[in-house]
Parts: sequence; C-alpha cells; structure tokens
Amino acid sequence: MAGLSPSERRLQKELMSLMKEPPPGMEVDSDKAEQNLNLWTIHMKGAEGTLYDGEEFQLQFKFGPKYPFDSPEVTFIGNNIPVHPHVYSNGHICLSILTDDWSPALSVQSVCLSIVSMLSSCKEKKRPPDNTFYVKTCNKNPKKTKWWYHDDSV
Amino acid sequence: MDSDEDMETFEVDSGNESSSDDIGFNIEDQNQNPKDRQNDIEEFVFNVLSTEEIVQHMIDCIKEVNIIVEIPATTTRILLNHFKWDKEKLMERYYDGDQEQLFAEARVINPLASRSSQQPSTSSSMSSKAKVSRRCPPNSEECEICFTLIPSNLMTGLECNHRFCTQCWCEYLTTKIMAEGMGQTIACAAHGCNILVDDATVMRLVRDPKVRLKYQHLITNSFVECNRLLRWCPSPDCNNAVKVQHVEAHPVTCKCGHRFCFACGENWHDPVRCSLLKRWIKKCDDDSETSNWIAANTKECPKCNVTIEKDGGCNHMVCKNQSCKTEFCWVCLGSWEPHGSSWYSCNRFNEEEAKEARGAQERSRAALQRYLFYCNRYMNHMQSLKFENKLYASVKEKMEEMQHHCMSWIEVQFLKKAVDILCQCRQTLMYTYVFAYYLRKNNQSTIFEDNQRDLEAATEKLSEYLERDITNENLANIKQQVQDKYRYCDLRRKKLLEHVHEGYEKESWEYMD
Ligand SMILES: [Zn+2]
Ligand SMILES: [Zn+2]
Ligand SMILES: [Zn+2]
Ligand SMILES: [Zn+2]
Ligand SMILES: [Zn+2]
Ligand SMILES: [Zn+2]
Repeated sequence: MAGLSPSERRLQKELMSLMKEPPPGMEVDSDKAEQNLNLWTIHMKGAEGTLYDGEEFQLQFKFGPKYPFDSPEVTFIGNNIPVHPHVYSNGHICLSILTDDWSPALSVQSVCLSIVSMLSSCKEKKRPPDNTFYVKTCNKNPKKTKWWYHDDSV
Repeated sequence: MDSDEDMETFEVDSGNESSSDDIGFNIEDQNQNPKDRQNDIEEFVFNVLSTEEIVQHMIDCIKEVNIIVEIPATTTRILLNHFKWDKEKLMERYYDGDQEQLFAEARVINPLASRSSQQPSTSSSMSSKAKVSRRCPPNSEECEICFTLIPSNLMTGLECNHRFCTQCWCEYLTTKIMAEGMGQTIACAAHGCNILVDDATVMRLVRDPKVRLKYQHLITNSFVECNRLLRWCPSPDCNNAVKVQHVEAHPVTCKCGHRFCFACGENWHDPVRCSLLKRWIKKCDDDSETSNWIAANTKECPKCNVTIEKDGGCNHMVCKNQSCKTEFCWVCLGSWEPHGSSWYSCNRFNEEEAKEARGAQERSRAALQRYLFYCNRYMNHMQSLKFENKLYASVKEKMEEMQHHCMSWIEVQFLKKAVDILCQCRQTLMYTYVFAYYLRKNNQSTIFEDNQRDLEAATEKLSEYLERDITNENLANIKQQVQDKYRYCDLRRKKLLEHVHEGYEKESWEYMD
C-alpha cells in the first residue's frame, strides 16, 4: 500500500475488515467507498426486537485528511431517517463520541455499533424536542454544532 | 511513563519580544514622585514576572511539594493544576482525604500503587476486544490507531497501559495541541480513558519545535490563569505576569508601564469597585442598549413590544408582527377598538389603559436617558484618554519650544507633570460615572456629586490650558497658572477618592439593583 497517506492506509484496512467480516445487520457500499475513500455509505438494519425492527437506514461517513485523529462526520441520509430523541430530522446525530469524546482508537465499526445500540435502547420513537429550531438554524456540518449531550439513558 | 526529563519540559523559551515600550518620552523614572506613588500603592507587595520567571516559579512550586510528597514531578504538576496551584489545599487533601479518590479526580494513576496490579482500565476501547484475539508475532503489537503491527519497543502508553505506537501518539498530541489548543487537559488516546497526558510525555513524544513551543505556552498560560495569585498583564503585546501575596483590588504596574487592577485586570478604576465595573462593562457591551436607543425614536407595540415606526397618515396602527397584529392607537397607545372610526384624532388620551401603556414606555425611556447620560460622560473621558500619547507628544513639542525661549529642561517639566495629572483625573472621572450610575441618592451621594462636578470643571480648565499656544512673553505667567491648575486638580481628585473610600468604610453607599 505504498504511496498512501496514513489516513488512507487506515481507511483501506477498515474497509477491508468491514467487507470481510461485516457486523450483523450492516453492509458497507464498497463500490462507492473504493471510488472515493473519504466518503462511505453504510446500510444498516434496525435490530430485531427493537422499535426499529424491519427498518433500513443509511449512514454516511465523511473522513477528513486527519482521520482518525480528527473525528469523521457521521449523518443519516436517504429517505428513512430514524425517529429517535437523539436523531434530528436532517440526519444529524447527537452522540458524544462523534465530537467531544472522539478517540482515534474508535473506528467506523465501533461508531456503527454505538449507533445501533443507541437505536436499540430507545423506548419511544420521537424527535429531539428542539428539532424544528435546530434543523432550521444548524450548520450543514454536524461537527460545527456545539452539542450539549442529551441524557445518555434515553 | 517513567522519565528523567521531568523538569526539562521547559527549555528556556521566552515568549517575550524585546520590550521597547518607551515612546521616547518617559525620561523620568516612574518613581520620580515617591510620595504620590506611596500613597497610591501603600504596602501592597507585588512582583512582575517574565515568561522565564513564570516557568521557574512553576517549577519551584512543584519542587516545594515534592520535598514533602514523594511522587513523580509530572504527577505533582497535574495534582497542583487540579487544585489551581494551591499547595496547602493539595497537602490537606493528600494527607487527610482518600488518596485513591484524589488521584482519580485529578485524572492520574496513583503512582504509589504497585505497577503489577495495574490493568488497562476496563472502560476503554470497544475495539480492543476484537483486536486482542488476533495473533501477533512475538515482540510486536498491533497499534489500535494505525492498525499496523509495530515492534513492541515502539509502542508506548501512560500508566493506564493503553499502548499505541509512538508515531500515532505524536500525531494525536499534535492534533490536540495545534488544532484544539489543549495543553493541561489532553487525555489518553484510548476511548473512554480520562487519564491525563503529563508534560514529560508530551515533550518525549513530540519533536516538532513549533508544537513544543505552543504546548509550553498553553501550559504556562493555564498555570497563570488558574493561579489566584498570578495575573497576565492585559496589555496586548506584553508577556509578563504579576504575582501578589494575596488577592485584593489594588493597582499594580507592569514593567511595560501598564497599570491595572490586580483583582479584575481592568485599568485601575478607583473609585468604583470591580463588581460594579464588571456589571457596567457588560451593560455597555450588551446590544440591547443599542436597540433601546432605536426604541427611543420609535414606539413599541403595546402587546408584543416589536418596534414600530409610523409611516405617516392615520393613528390606527396594526402591529407588523404577524403573530401579534394588535391594533392600537399611535397617540395614546391604547387599543384601537374604542376609537371606532376617528382615524385622525384621539380623545382617549386620559383613559386608564392608555395611560398605563404610555407609562411603561416612558419608564423605559427615562431609564435609557439616564444610562445615556452616564455613558456619554464615561465614554468622553475614555476617548480623551485614548489620545493620551498624542497629548504627550504635543506637550513634548511645547517643552522643546520653551527650551528655545531660554527655559531649562528642568524648568519645563511642569508641562509633563500637568499631562500626568490630567490623565489621572480623566481616569478617575471616567470611573466616577460608573459609580454614580449605580448610586442611590442620599446625603453622601450629594456630596460625591458635588466633588465630581468640581473635579470635572477643574479638569476641563487644565485641559484647556494645555491646549493654548505658548508665546514668548507669557511663559512665566503660563507656568504659574498651569501649576496652580494641576495642583488644584490633584487636590480635588484626592478629596473625591478619600470621600468615596470613607463611604466604603462607613458603608454609606447604597446601590440600585
Ligand atoms: Zn499507530
Ligand atoms: Zn488510557
Ligand atoms: Zn505589561
Ligand atoms: Zn478591579
Ligand atoms: Zn405586536
Ligand atoms: Zn388614541
């Protein structure tokens, strides 16, 4: 893998391991990712026995040149954005590991698993209380939002 | 992480630019007038520290603790920082409290616990489970950041035992320092681990001099900022800090010549106290005051307070706020309904409802007028003080001119003295308006206002004299008059301050909320 930047090298490795051993219910769009290593789409199935059972979502990952030292920009895209107290209707996700608590030892896989577990622990499908205001006023890039994190137990 | 370069973190780096702060005119020593100086500063002891001296002071603090407590200096630094560099507090907690808890709070691993019992904290890396199962060749480990097999001797970590390759550490620390401006509070790179990276480790892993320098600045900065007994000189290009024995609202003078209040960092603001000044500055910065200014020239909807300008025509107003749309009368501010079809005349001016609506507007306007009154005077002196340098320069010219008219250098110094006093008076006056704005009327406040008026008048006279042209024939005369004027100003200024201080002691000042 000569000629690749450290960031690209790590993304290549992550991509290969996600393609070889995808976590249950997840599939990376490998054609797209191979075309542009900095923009991935991941198809995700709502876990069985949860409120999202039977639903399908798409997660988009955008990686900057400083990944993994800089966190990826992660949003839900497509026409099914999960209705969840931490997910805004524009796809932005309020999850601390995506900004303040990001660590370079986290990975695409660990982020996906966190998001699945966030969805799975949901007890009532509803939008965040400030959804309308946020969606109208927020920056396109969720990393520019100064999040104050909703109660983790939700 | 063991390291014997503990104290080496700060190879002497001076953030100081060579300080050429004289404007070529401050020939006289600041101490020239010892009486004045003593009067102002009393026995308040302070030192001015350069960047190097700040670093030395920090190292001394660590050493002092380490004489008593035998833990690595790097740990001591984190602990001290946790207690805002209050040695006594640290000692107290160290000897009287739960040490385990103390270390956990300060985000370090207890250096006294035996190494062998340390396990990687369980809260960490989700990904670690997955990776551990992979088999690695002997003497190599997989780095969880770059996903690469790395010889074990190139892997390193903090006492929490989260190991990554040195290159990833370097990249991680560089990002934190350069992109996020973090110094004192960089945590271990493992997910969910909050153990802090100590300074020796940063300096061992980061080689880039630019990054190291920035890190040193960040550390020194947090040392000064969280240390109650230290304050940076607020002058924009100055890298000194002032160190005191105890915190008090007192004027301190930096080596660069800037004089400020130690307690709050603002320019020395006698007679008003720090807390009121802070309130005032916040009020001045507040945009709502500007929008109130607009309101003074318009009217507000009596229901929703949206600002309305009348664009001519009849008195029937409909609020333009789409969610309000209240109909009211421009003349009496009462609701429109009872006006019926009298579009151009209002005879309801004395109805209760209308009176109340107008009363509310008048009150807010009167408050605004009052604020503007004090604000204008405050700003006026501040503006004049900003031209201080210009004034000194023009007086310098005059002094040179006078020396051509056979006055000696010593003989013309009175002019500089006059400017010194003029500036002092303006600064005092400026803050008297802040004080006065919050002051509730009583006997003492009347005396204060008289003093203020006297000083204001005397100061303006002195200022006028300094602007006059100097001609040959009236030299001696002018000197006498200027001296009279500035002596009088100085006297009035001291009288005013004394009176306010006395009031503080006797608690005769009452404030509006
Ligand atoms: Zn690495
Ligand atoms: Zn750790
Ligand atoms: Zn200074
Ligand atoms: Zn102050
Ligand atoms: Zn209205
Ligand atoms: Zn009317």
